[in-house]
Amino acid sequence: MAAPTRTPVEGDEDRARTLEQLLAAKEIAISCGAGGVGKTTAAAALGAMAATHLGGKVLVLTVDPARRLANALGLEQFGNTEIRVPDAAFAASGVEPRGELWAAMLDTKRSWDDLVRRHAPDPRTRDAILRNSLYENITGRFVQSHDYIAMERLYEIHTSGAYDLIVVDTPPTRNAIDFLEAPERMSEFFSSRLLRWLTAPSKSRVLSMASKPFYRVADTILGSQFLGDIAEFFSLFQTMAPGFVQRADAVARTLSDRRTTFLVVSTLESAPVREAEFFIAELDARGLHLGAVVLNKVLPAYLRRTATTGVARRLCADADTIAVKVADGVAPPDQVARVLHEVGESFLNYQVVAKRESEQRAEMARTPDLVATVPYFDADIHDLGGLLRLGEQIWR
Amino acid sequence: MAIEAIDLLNRRLLFVTGKGGVGKTTVAAGLGLLAAERGLRTLVCEVDAKGGLADFFEAPTTDFTPREVQPRLFAMSMDTEESLKEYLSLQLKIPLIARVGPLARTFDFIATAAPGVKEILTVGKLCWEVRERHYDLVVVDAVASGHIVGQLAAPQGINELVQVGLVRNQTGWMIDILRDPTQTGVVIVSAPEEMPVNETIELAARIDAETDVDLAAVVVNRVLPELFSRAEEEVFERLREPDRVATLSRVVDGDVGPVLDGAELAVTLRRTRAGHLTTLRERLPDDLAMLYLPYQFARTQGMRATRRIAESLGEELGF
Repeated sequence: MAAPTRTPVEGDEDRARTLEQLLAAKEIAISCGAGGVGKTTAAAALGAMAATHLGGKVLVLTVDPARRLANALGLEQFGNTEIRVPDAAFAASGVEPRGELWAAMLDTKRSWDDLVRRHAPDPRTRDAILRNSLYENITGRFVQSHDYIAMERLYEIHTSGAYDLIVVDTPPTRNAIDFLEAPERMSEFFSSRLLRWLTAPSKSRVLSMASKPFYRVADTILGSQFLGDIAEFFSLFQTMAPGFVQRADAVARTLSDRRTTFLVVSTLESAPVREAEFFIAELDARGLHLGAVVLNKVLPAYLRRTATTGVARRLCADADTIAVKVADGVAPPDQVARVLHEVGESFLNYQVVAKRESEQRAEMARTPDLVATVPYFDADIHDLGGLLRLGEQIWR
Repeated sequence: MAIEAIDLLNRRLLFVTGKGGVGKTTVAAGLGLLAAERGLRTLVCEVDAKGGLADFFEAPTTDFTPREVQPRLFAMSMDTEESLKEYLSLQLKIPLIARVGPLARTFDFIATAAPGVKEILTVGKLCWEVRERHYDLVVVDAVASGHIVGQLAAPQGINELVQVGLVRNQTGWMIDILRDPTQTGVVIVSAPEEMPVNETIELAARIDAETDVDLAAVVVNRVLPELFSRAEEEVFERLREPDRVATLSRVVDGDVGPVLDGAELAVTLRRTRAGHLTTLRERLPDDLAMLYLPYQFARTQGMRATRRIAESLGEELGF
């Protein structure tokens, strides 16, 4: 299901692909990439653009607890429940959106609790799980629980049919693809021998020849009491297995549905680019839809101009002679010379970075035919206007 | 600064953490190289198995067995399964070594599920290297901000959860090493940008509140150079007036517009970042050491980058 490769023909707007077009066609857009590249901001900007131009109900689902994003959306704060971005926030930026923009933040603990409430067979089991001392630890760490819960919540919201488009940014994971595998792992875990063994009555557990050495090791290391606690917890947990497995499979199907697309966000620094390439390859291998690559914080093109290199070098080399000719009415020539030298030097420094970025871009092995570039913004984004300005850069 | 220098490299165990993308591994590698060059037998251990550490020393991929990558400098990557095997063979003398492979795999599964077991295997191995005095200094390229507190607090957590058994018996000495500020410290790597600064402030508070480990220093990476003094900035503004730009272009025989734009961009970026640096300094404890590393325009990868980071760290530490 890889994006069809087409060479955009100039003037042939029917064929040129844009993010606007992509988001008009999809129901779920998942923004992913290395840490610190601006995944959350890109997701929010695109959500805001979609609500403004495409209309309908658009939800930005974020895992980023930063208050900055809430503020940028004109909200005091937001939590697990979706809330609507006020029209006033758009009006302040002089924009009248065609549709509605909603936002929600993923609260891992709350979402797990909801899941347990839904799948527990009876109130007694439910309360026993929620009160279990291991539960909090385990939902915090177990089988990439953040990754799973993010995808689960996405599924939940999507199937509710409440939104036309959901733009979601992915949790910062140790491994960028963890969240893709999370649903699969969850269902594997529930059908694993280990879980069956852990939850078997303790007598047969000890007698089983196959598990005896393991039990001895585990018992020596952890102590049988702790092992018993774990076993008890998992027997409670296993009562939810059928619901969980079914659900995890459905979540996995949603990720590979035609209506879902992935946006790979990266800067043009080498480490994020490598991670982006890896991610693109993984999406491809799984038959998931790579919609676009969004390159963020890219230095402006004028920094790469070769003609300007000569000018900058002359400013550095002949700062003193040049200063004498332009210092009149500005400042003492030696001070002007220092400034000119700094100006030239700084340009050349940034030129090295800009050229390195170009090379990184060229070397990106396989990219979709839709690559959007966001220039380096001078200031941080503090309001919806800022998000929309960013969005404008990549929308069409 | 000199006092902080003694403090930082005189510890035995340094956990280097920070938000993803700020240069955590670069700084861990640089600290390791600096320590080794100053005569310390040093181990750098990558915990987050991304395999990036080896590149910073131009070395083959690291694994659980430390390898000398520079004189006195050893590199390894953490592997909880290997850590468990080592633990079993060294500490328990359990006659299961031949069969422990598949067992460890099964164990790995339960270790993932059971709270703190993976963390304890990681922290335990590191503390063990410190306790056995195999190295003068162990630098850990640790997990990112989101996970570090859980990792550092694991021995204490296990201590509370597990009532008996060998793990319980082992946590005591680990806690002693971790909570001793003359031995152990956390280094948070940050960058002068909004999100890394916020995360650093939050993490510093969490380390203080939720762990017994001392916060040794904050390293601010990628600090942009200051182009102009205030007076020079005024000169620059005057030079940007249209008629002066025209004169300047005539004199240098080429369009200086883009060069001046580039400098303007540099000034703006620097100014935005300076604001974040101020916030960071103001919101961290006054007595906390802060080290500043310059933005690397030229090389950001490989031994060259590591060497430059080590040099800058050395300068900041007053060597």
